[in-house]
Amino acid sequence: MYVYDDFDHRFVRARVAQFRDQVARRLSGELTEEQFRPLRLQNGVYLQLHAYMLRVAIPYGTLSSRQLRALAEIARKYDRGWGHFTTRQNIQFNWPALKDIPDILEDLAEVEMHAIQTSGNCIRSVTADHFAGAAPDEIADPRPYAEILRQWSSLHPEFSHLPRKFKIAVTGATTDRAAVRFHDIGLTVKKNAAGEIGFSVHVGGGLGRSPFVGFELRDFLPEADLLGYTEAILRVYNLYGRRDNKYKARIKILLHEAGRETIRDEVEAEFAAIRDGALKLPKADVARIAAQFAPPAFAALPDLSAIEAAARAKDPAFDAFVAANVTPHRAPGYASVTVSLKPVGGVPGDVTDEAMEAIADLADTHAFGEIRISHRQNVIFPHVRRDDLPALFEGLVKAGLATANAGLVTDTITCPGLDFCALANARSIPIAQAISQRFADPARQAEIGPLDIKISGCINACGHHHVGAIGILGVDRKGREFYQITLGGDAGDAARIGDSAGPGFWPEEVPSAVETLVETYLALRLSRAETFLETYARVGLAPFKAALTSEEKAA
Amino acid sequence: MQIVTANRLIDGRVVFRDADGGWVESFAAAAVLDAAGATAALEAARADVAARRVVEPYAVDVISEDGGLAPKALREKIRASGPTSGSDAAARAALFRAA
Repeated sequence: MYVYDDFDHRFVRARVAQFRDQVARRLSGELTEEQFRPLRLQNGVYLQLHAYMLRVAIPYGTLSSRQLRALAEIARKYDRGWGHFTTRQNIQFNWPALKDIPDILEDLAEVEMHAIQTSGNCIRSVTADHFAGAAPDEIADPRPYAEILRQWSSLHPEFSHLPRKFKIAVTGATTDRAAVRFHDIGLTVKKNAAGEIGFSVHVGGGLGRSPFVGFELRDFLPEADLLGYTEAILRVYNLYGRRDNKYKARIKILLHEAGRETIRDEVEAEFAAIRDGALKLPKADVARIAAQFAPPAFAALPDLSAIEAAARAKDPAFDAFVAANVTPHRAPGYASVTVSLKPVGGVPGDVTDEAMEAIADLADTHAFGEIRISHRQNVIFPHVRRDDLPALFEGLVKAGLATANAGLVTDTITCPGLDFCALANARSIPIAQAISQRFADPARQAEIGPLDIKISGCINACGHHHVGAIGILGVDRKGREFYQITLGGDAGDAARIGDSAGPGFWPEEVPSAVETLVETYLALRLSRAETFLETYARVGLAPFKAALTSEEKAA
Repeated sequence: MQIVTANRLIDGRVVFRDADGGWVESFAAAAVLDAAGATAALEAARADVAARRVVEPYAVDVISEDGGLAPKALREKIRASGPTSGSDAAARAALFRAA
């Protein structure tokens, strides 16, 4: 875990004091709402449909048990006893009073957390692979680079008033679990022929009303040039990005309108001018920060655990949990465990104060006190001894957190939608709940296999619907909620934006439409080993669209 | 028919303007206005913005529905009565069952 130094502590506390003063001046009338709005947004405070909302940064999705307990306490003390994990690995509190927010930020600072740059037209909190530091396919832990980017981008004077928000994701693995091709900048750690660490750099990916797969600007950027090159990209964007139309202000539109090669030339020219300047990353500094992310001391263990195997043979529920929620680890005898926040009929990503405390306790007992939040709105224990899996499972069952559905049809990504969001056109949560109830049977979920359903309540696509194998987009049709379906989207290595599957469905028709798609897949797949996306890649949109069309006619 | 709504500055809660010019959390207590009344109420609401009582006031169309009045738009229905799903709705349902 990264540990704040004196500078970090002073920096975050100064920011709390500054915002406390800004809130006081707003409440005294010294600041108007127009003057205050950009200040509150820079501190993660929105005015949503029902109340203020505070978005707290969880940089690169990494939390300690102590931090999670502090979030639970904040939920209890200042909110309604729960929080919501977002698709950018952050947590949102939906009911804080403005007058209390400086105190919340003070409590967060106590555990080295903040809400800086979780909103506004700036470089947002950097996200990373949720299995960072644990995945067997990892070349290097991406979090030291994400932390370096966080330090460089925090209150960066040149980039605090960008044309629009700017999102960076980093992965250090050969399998992309961080959706790097759908970020303004996506970095993938790799090694060159000489074995040196660097990055492939994708730019201009994004979802929203104009989805684009990121463009590879650099195949290999040396580690030392991380900040120089990123600064060059931001400088070109800041100079040329549109400010006349917020819907055309992201860097993806600049690339699209100016041409990728033109922007590449501009970035390279800017980089050539600054590359040997102050932003060159000294190896010693990278090593100093990387040391803070050193893995815990793993014991020398055999690959397989007899304790785990015996428990799997004895307990079908545990067996199903391991099959769905336990993933391989780089250290023999260890595993990573996903705690699903998608119980049947539940609210994707929501977590109560008690659940947060239960997770923190289990992390301390079984997982070195380390926790991750995934952009899939689940919680991860990155490092668990396989021998401990049965005991951890038992603890999760007691806490009501043992849903065995990670990556399956009921593990939807879902934005807050019209139930909470001021921008939404339609509700998302009831759709997710109805789908999870329809597919509640664990045996059927296992039979269907990996299937990403992603639901957004508006075109801004916080629920990542464009990159769902099945994407569901809520729209307003003559004052009623209506849902359009896309198919074949993929956030990972085969990055792809889904294809429109036709006109759409009323809310009550959506679960049956999803069922039709699933049944079509099951009928078409060559074997159980062929996933929904693989079948879709082989047969294309037509049979799925035809099945949906006959469904529409029947309805 | 319209009502005037806003969010309370200090805590962000959804509030409605009542017949006495006060701001209340209950939609049922909102003053129902004709077009001229809504214009006047919005004008008065802007003074309440300056007085730091509320932010972002606006008028909402209401209709007769199920024997009472309700906002016409779904967004405003949800804003008036709270999330229809989610942890709050669950919490409310649990409380209801307990009572």
